[in-house]
Amino acid sequence: MQQKAIQISNLKKTYGSSVEALKGISLSVEEGDFVALLGPNGAGKSTTIGIICSLVNKSSGEVKIMGHSIDKELDAAKRCIGLVPQEFNFSQFETCKQIVVTQAGYYGVPRHIANQRAEEMLKKLSLWEKRDTPSRELSGGMKRRLMIARALMHSPQILILDEPTAGVDIEIRRSMWEFLTELNESGTTIVLTTHYLEEAEQLCRNIAIIDQGKIIENTSMKDLISRLDIETFVLDVSSVPTEFPCIDKVCFRKRDESSIEIDVPKEAGLNQVFAWLTEQGIEVLSMRNKSNRLEELFVQLTENGQS
Amino acid sequence: MFDRQSLTALQSIFIKEVTRYFRIWVQTLLPPAITMSLYFVIFGQLIGSRVGQMDGVSYMEYITPGIIMMSVITNSYSNVVSSFFSAKFQRSIEEMLVAPVPTLYILLGYVLGGVSRGLLTGIIVTIVASQFVDIQVYSWGILFFVVFLTSMMFATGGLVNAIFAKKFDDISIVPTFILTPLTYLGGVFYSIQLLPEFWQNVSMANPILYMVNAFRFGFLGFSDINITTALILISAFIVSLFSLAYYLLNKGIGIRS
Ligand SMILES: Nc1ncnc2c1ncn2[C@@H]1O[C@H](COP(=O)(O)OP(=O)(O)OP(=O)(O)O)[C@@H](O)[C@H]1O
Ligand SMILES: [Mg+2]
Repeated sequence: MQQKAIQISNLKKTYGSSVEALKGISLSVEEGDFVALLGPNGAGKSTTIGIICSLVNKSSGEVKIMGHSIDKELDAAKRCIGLVPQEFNFSQFETCKQIVVTQAGYYGVPRHIANQRAEEMLKKLSLWEKRDTPSRELSGGMKRRLMIARALMHSPQILILDEPTAGVDIEIRRSMWEFLTELNESGTTIVLTTHYLEEAEQLCRNIAIIDQGKIIENTSMKDLISRLDIETFVLDVSSVPTEFPCIDKVCFRKRDESSIEIDVPKEAGLNQVFAWLTEQGIEVLSMRNKSNRLEELFVQLTENGQS
Repeated sequence: MFDRQSLTALQSIFIKEVTRYFRIWVQTLLPPAITMSLYFVIFGQLIGSRVGQMDGVSYMEYITPGIIMMSVITNSYSNVVSSFFSAKFQRSIEEMLVAPVPTLYILLGYVLGGVSRGLLTGIIVTIVASQFVDIQVYSWGILFFVVFLTSMMFATGGLVNAIFAKKFDDISIVPTFILTPLTYLGGVFYSIQLLPEFWQNVSMANPILYMVNAFRFGFLGFSDINITTALILISAFIVSLFSLAYYLLNKGIGIRS
């Protein structure tokens, strides 16, 4: 049997005496997997990651990293993970190069090797020109990339990223996605949290949704998407029809004076719809998804949790 | 425990610490040189010439060891307390916590960083002093031993302080309200023989008195107190503070939620 990269059983965390952040989470991540951990603000994502990386003490439960229990073989467990935390946590006055080389040193990588690796990683993340710049003088997106470089200095088998693309522009986000996809293809297990569902859909094979300290969904991305049965489109039209029939299970709605909405079930086609519109002398100027379908589902799922 | 990987981690912490105080040398290495020059000018030359001799040597010679010691103490302490606290504050301490660095090495890395700054400051102040006074050394061995242990003790004390500190104010309370008064009353500027017996006995409860006197012994060959007692006392302090710091770090007090 293949060993699990991360195995969490019945993990609980109470901050202080009252804030129950995790109420018994169980989750396992296969080696080589690419998993999204989703959930609303305050759901417990960062807490879960904190415990996995031993920045937060758990209240109870068990965590194994590549088979090493964090209670019994903490050092071995730590060596397997690289962490990109949600908040910037550099020493502000240290330069990019100092930061990554020092981090490698903490993992026992000898200095001359760490220097080579620093060059390699900083170049990969387009930070080499900034190598002697103190971290506080970097832009937000550069800081995010520096955290990724730092996390990879000891070539970990698992990379955990807590909202790596928050505040990152589209171009850099895309290049980060590419980078992460390549990294995953070369064998690194990746877990990431994000608030952009499009990102999760694009990158991840599996998904876990956490809400109020509980896992409410843990499945493959394909499965989740196949559950989305109706998709809503917005059509910008030359004129709005006077009647709103349902054609071949597709129902029409007026949106405003220049656009309509259509609900399209999975099995329905759009040809009839366009044919009917043409018949009415209505020209379709453009068409778009009303909102990310995943987002709809996400809101549905997490709202169910509130009741 | 003494494997190569842990030693590399220790080396990384140490280099980071040394780089830090060299980077801000205007705040760390320059002030003791200036302040201590003032002490030598004012107390040593201007007032000292009126004081005359103390314990058979010129006043300037008498206060030199105490002044060096004073800067060693302050600098070892403040290096660790500021560095560790700001690592906590900026959360860069997490870099160490996620990695397999043994607690002992985190502790040693910071303490040795503080010791190195204490010793370097000691050397700078000694060089400054040598411009004012002809420095004699009675025993290099004792001198080095005492200054090393003292800076180790205060570096460890600074770490304990930083572990408990929750805000910036908390890192200046101990230096201002405890260290400075104890240092001034620790026989830097006078021999406790000058005090009435009651205050002599009270002074004996001040650990800094032992360090200053032991250090002075290394230079001049005489002291108000017994050298062996002093060394035992300093060692006892180091062992207790070190164990306390180890315990606190290991439990993650102030650094893990
Ligand atoms: N150090 C702490 N002390 C007390 N409570 C905390 C602490 N850290 C987090 N919490 C609480 O634990 C809960 C979970 O927080 P966590 O940071 O894990 O959420 P999250 O899912 O990462 O949210 P976000 O998407 O906003 O980052 C929240 O109610 C939060 O207030
Ligand atoms: Mg979070």
